[in-house]
Amino acid sequence: MRQRRRTWQTLLTTTAFVTAAAVSLTACGGSAQEPKAAANAAAAFEGKGPINYVSSRDASGAAQKSIDEWNAAHPDQKVTFIELPDSADQQRQQLIQNAQIKSDTFSVLNLDVVWNSEFAANKWVLPLPEDAIPTADMIPATVNAAKYRDTLYGAPYYTDGALFYYRTDLLRAAGVAAPPKTWDEMKAACEKVLALPEAKGMSCYAGQFDKNEGLTVNFSEAVASAGGSIVDAEGKPTVNTAEARQGLSQLVDGFKDGLFPSDAITYLEEQGRRAFQDGKVVFLRNWPFLYSSLSATDGSSSVAGKFNITSIPGTKGPGVSTLGGRNLAVSPFTQNKATALEFIRFFTSQEQAQKRLALSSRAPAYAALYEDPAVVAKRPFFPTLLESLTNAQPRPKVVQYGATTKAIQEEAYAALTGAKDTDTALKDMQAKLEEITAK
Amino acid sequence: MTTTVTSPAPSAPQDLKNPNRGLKTRTPGEGRMAAMLLSPTLLVLALVIVYPLISAIHQSLFSAESGLDADGFVTEGEAFVGLANYADLFVGESGRRFLNAFGNTTFFTVTTVLLETVLGLCLALAMNRAFRGRAFLRASILVPWAVPTAVSGLLWRWIFQSDGIANSLLGSEILWTAEGTASKLAVIIAEVWKTAPFIGLLVLAGMQIIPEEVYEAAKIDGAGWWRQLGSITLPLVKPTLLVAVLFRMLDALRMFDLPFVLIGPGKESVETLSMLAWDESNQLRYGSASAFAVVLFLYVAVVAVVFVKVLGADVTGAKKLGSKKRKATRSQKAEATR
Repeated sequence: MRQRRRTWQTLLTTTAFVTAAAVSLTACGGSAQEPKAAANAAAAFEGKGPINYVSSRDASGAAQKSIDEWNAAHPDQKVTFIELPDSADQQRQQLIQNAQIKSDTFSVLNLDVVWNSEFAANKWVLPLPEDAIPTADMIPATVNAAKYRDTLYGAPYYTDGALFYYRTDLLRAAGVAAPPKTWDEMKAACEKVLALPEAKGMSCYAGQFDKNEGLTVNFSEAVASAGGSIVDAEGKPTVNTAEARQGLSQLVDGFKDGLFPSDAITYLEEQGRRAFQDGKVVFLRNWPFLYSSLSATDGSSSVAGKFNITSIPGTKGPGVSTLGGRNLAVSPFTQNKATALEFIRFFTSQEQAQKRLALSSRAPAYAALYEDPAVVAKRPFFPTLLESLTNAQPRPKVVQYGATTKAIQEEAYAALTGAKDTDTALKDMQAKLEEITAK
Repeated sequence: MTTTVTSPAPSAPQDLKNPNRGLKTRTPGEGRMAAMLLSPTLLVLALVIVYPLISAIHQSLFSAESGLDADGFVTEGEAFVGLANYADLFVGESGRRFLNAFGNTTFFTVTTVLLETVLGLCLALAMNRAFRGRAFLRASILVPWAVPTAVSGLLWRWIFQSDGIANSLLGSEILWTAEGTASKLAVIIAEVWKTAPFIGLLVLAGMQIIPEEVYEAAKIDGAGWWRQLGSITLPLVKPTLLVAVLFRMLDALRMFDLPFVLIGPGKESVETLSMLAWDESNQLRYGSASAFAVVLFLYVAVVAVVFVKVLGADVTGAKKLGSKKRKATRSQKAEATR
């Protein structure tokens, strides 16, 4: 019996020792918070050597080609492509975790435009010297999206804007001469089109309304197209305005009046594409990447040659698109910042952007490339996209973007599903956004 | 974790009954030796279980106090807030979300485990019969369990989308992946489809160790199929079944990937505690995320302990029942031979 007790004593001591070690480890981890050094823009870019480029996957292989070209010219400053998961949430999480532990593994970061403010405000990316990037040649909206409080933090890599897809065959049959420019014109056009026998069972319009980033995009566009905004220039929320109300009402009424298919509340980009491709909707708001699959002539698309694109409709004139796309930024924790900056300049140069167009359909940041006849011949949607991008607005530029987009999605979804009326939803959204920005 | 809790249960009564057993052969150095041999295991357990656990509890007492300075930079600091993160679980907007997630978690656990158990039992009964192609059936029943949850989530998402198979089969226009009761149902269906085979296979293993002569004896006594099921199969398979149910319950309480992939993050009708903790950490609020995780851990632990207590009682009960049965069969046999 005594022997047995001693065994347990030994076991207990061992466990206690290990636990104590674990606790002290935790304490170490907790106390390792030190004030962040102030960013020093000018002196920051020093050190040459190999770096890592951290990015989402690039299926086209165009980015790798640019990197190969750089590596051939700079054998002592090799760039390695580190691929992140496909999900944007997971990309953001990995980037943040690496920044929080100040890891020098990630040198050049490929950031979604909506993360720019968060990364800049947390000093997870370095401010870039304005003269290093040829911002004057770029579409102003893309440069604006890469700025935080008037300082440039990223070099625009590619961009994205909304396109309004419409069925030319049906519009012609219904005698609608020009594609609608406003929401009311669209409704009028729909009335005529849906009266046609060949449009039986069709709905008018679809966007992205599932509780997802797509909803934030569609809501922002509706509000901006009505002349409103989600946050003002100082970052204060402004969704309790008449314009915001009009924007959201348009979407709510779209569901109520049967303008949208009833299952559009479950639509992400892909479901919308299928609905348009299968001839279920006359008009569709979506991104440019759809263009090639919709115009496929191998029989997969029943609308090939029967559709065209224009800018999204607004309340009084053409609508305001939100801006998508990616920027490249430099991590403050990398050893070789000079190489990182030099690589960004090389990678986002107009020359490289043009070369990548041969493989990738991602829209470049340089306005001149949209008017190049050789490019337009291959990508017919570019002139329309440029128009859309010229008056595009970034999604709310706030530090707490994650919480902001969540609040927007929750309240807008509640309004669309009828769980809340429009006024209550906007009032609650305003309250939530005020709480988030007050922090 | 569960195995370490459950394994001593069956052996404990034996030790109590016979405390001196095994001690006689022990030499003085043996205990220390045992401790030394066990210490690597304990060290690993401490590293992978105790440390993260303590770290999470520690983290849950802090809150990131972030603000913006005049230049728009985040001024960051972690403030000790005591139990405020836990108190927040019950008030205001975060409290509403927590209670909703807690309710969803419990609801999914109860409904899915119940359905799985019934279905799993049926599967096991079907597989336990001798018929042609039994091996094929057993293998094919395993397929849903072998599919990774995220993949089966995508699969069911495809089935449940508005113009998907489910709606065209039912001739309905249910929006399964939007908020509402339908999305709850979708999660339950997909979860039961995936995990019933798990219970089925475990129960089948339990059924196969039931000696054939028990059934033969019952047949001779004129017991029908239902009587055999109620008096022989179920009682004898109970210990295995309870372990299977316990495993499933603990698993279901941590449900994350299926609703996440099938319905999507942020949908209140299917948000579970794990999803909530994930979402909080995604918003960089590690303090409250840890609080959610700790509460989930405690919830799972309480359920496990309560269940093991019940299970322990049942295990001995089943044993008594088993010996009674044996006696009964013996007397039946004696009667039969008479």
